[in-house]
Amino acid sequence: MLILNCPYCGVDADETELAAGGEAHLKRHGPGSSDDEFHGYLFARKNPRGVHFERWRHAHGCGKWFHAARDTVTLEVFGTYPAQTEGPPKPILAAIEARRPGWTLD
Amino acid sequence: MLEPVSALNGASFDGLARIEETGLQGMITLRGDLSAKAVKSAATAASGVRRVPDQRQANVSGEKGLCWMSPDELLVLCPYGAVAEALEKMQAALAGSHALAVNVSDARAVVRLSGPAAREVLAKLCPVDLAPAAFTPGMFRRTRMAQAPVAFWMDDDESFRIVCFRSVAQYVFDVLKVAAQPGSEVGFHARPEPV
Repeated sequence: MLILNCPYCGVDADETELAAGGEAHLKRHGPGSSDDEFHGYLFARKNPRGVHFERWRHAHGCGKWFHAARDTVTLEVFGTYPAQTEGPPKPILAAIEARRPGWTLD
Repeated sequence: MLEPVSALNGASFDGLARIEETGLQGMITLRGDLSAKAVKSAATAASGVRRVPDQRQANVSGEKGLCWMSPDELLVLCPYGAVAEALEKMQAALAGSHALAVNVSDARAVVRLSGPAAREVLAKLCPVDLAPAAFTPGMFRRTRMAQAPVAFWMDDDESFRIVCFRSVAQYVFDVLKVAAQPGSEVGFHARPEPV
């Protein structure tokens, strides 16, 4: 059972209270972008074995979207953070680095 | 003139705990910046309670109160008949600020769950730590009950008030009834706390 702490209401919500929203930090390519960029934005997703940044919604709670950093193999959660950001914040990166020495953000 | 009727018309059930629909309850959804003075005063004026609750808290006495729904949303409780007047007061207080107040009384239902086994009955249905040390009167929680979204708080150590959508009121009542069937005790919260 995956348990994520919602950064908006502070609840330790179990996965049945949440809705998954796929990969986080996608850059939107809209009008004026090339076909390849738009195709990538629409369809290309990372599917890593290991550290992954995801969007989640506290659907049965406060209703807010937030981000989570977790490991797709061990299900270890490195942390959650608010969605008003373009990339993972420093404390989250530090938490991952501490648990996965040598890991780098790509 | 048509008489307003609550979702379950005051249905009740006695099992491990008592389940009863409380009847008509005035409810106003207030969205806006909860730290803004206008929003705070609109909320307190309409509900008649003095303090806006903090994160995950409820400040309710009887039919009046305020509940923290999310970082930008409050649930304002007031008597059913007083909603129109309260809403008018709120609109006046909120004039010029970016906020929204809507009467949702008829879109919701309220169920009271009470008795010594109330925690146990609710804990069967919601993914929430309902141990007496973890969930206390004054706290507020939005979650799911089996398959339906609900919100609840405790009026005292043995009674919960549960708010759900009117469309799932029968489902919520029935699923609580199943969880409160005599003979289905789990006894988890009756055990002494591990030291």
